[in-house]
Amino acid sequence: MICVTRRMEFSASHFYHNLNLTPEENRRIFGKCNNPLGHGHNYTLEVTVSGSINPTTGMVLDLKELKALLEREVLQLMDHKLLNKEVPAFADKIPTTENIAVEIWRLLEPKLTFCKLHRIRLYETSDLFVDYFGE
Amino acid sequence: MVYLTRRYRFSAGHRLHNETVTAEENRRIYGKCNNPNGHGHNYVLEVTVAGTVDALTGMVCDLAVLDGIVEKAVLEPLDHKNLNLDVKAFRHRVPTTENLSIEIFESLRKMLEAQGCRARLARVRLEETESNFFEYEGARSLAD
Repeated sequence: MICVTRRMEFSASHFYHNLNLTPEENRRIFGKCNNPLGHGHNYTLEVTVSGSINPTTGMVLDLKELKALLEREVLQLMDHKLLNKEVPAFADKIPTTENIAVEIWRLLEPKLTFCKLHRIRLYETSDLFVDYFGE
Repeated sequence: MVYLTRRYRFSAGHRLHNETVTAEENRRIYGKCNNPNGHGHNYVLEVTVAGTVDALTGMVCDLAVLDGIVEKAVLEPLDHKNLNLDVKAFRHRVPTTENLSIEIFESLRKMLEAQGCRARLARVRLEETESNFFEYEGARSLAD
């Protein structure tokens, strides 16, 4: 078993706001991230898949296929978007980096037929990242 | 379960020297790190906490709370300090990055628990230089 990781970047904006809380509670919990006009990040996504090495190709998977899948499932949906308004999953869920990582797993896992999804790592900044292993 | 990692930086001086072995042995074991005048590093600390995503906030833990705990448990006692002389834990223990990782993990774990943080400490990863880093996940995990 060997792991292969592909890195990709996308840029998106978001704001943190829970409709079930008062404006004061939202400001207290989320601070400057609660600004209703939103703010943005350059996200770095690392997708790690695992599998065995194909004896013919010497590869776990065709990286072109993985790249195309990431572009189709993640970048088209999230790149240069306001996550709260333009990504259906975040209509009623706060697009924290935690929730975005879980959502990316949900998008990719059923589509990865040629290998197994091992980890989603999502950097919000170089000093802050989230890992999700599917459970 | 989601793992959240935050990176911090601090600078400190140290000397690798074990008082229970001879000067020659110290020089042999630690080489230039045994220099009696000490030397320093810019450490990079990655703190990983694990937990479920809070349904109300969408977060594993409040980053401001985590920052406050790391500031108090790690940065205040270690940043711009001489680890051998200023830090009680290293009076009689060699401040290698291995020992420093364990010390940081235990201090953070205690303070996270004391402050009722909803996430648990999963790992500390401490870079001494870009080429050297050490990871510690707690005694329980190593025993597993």
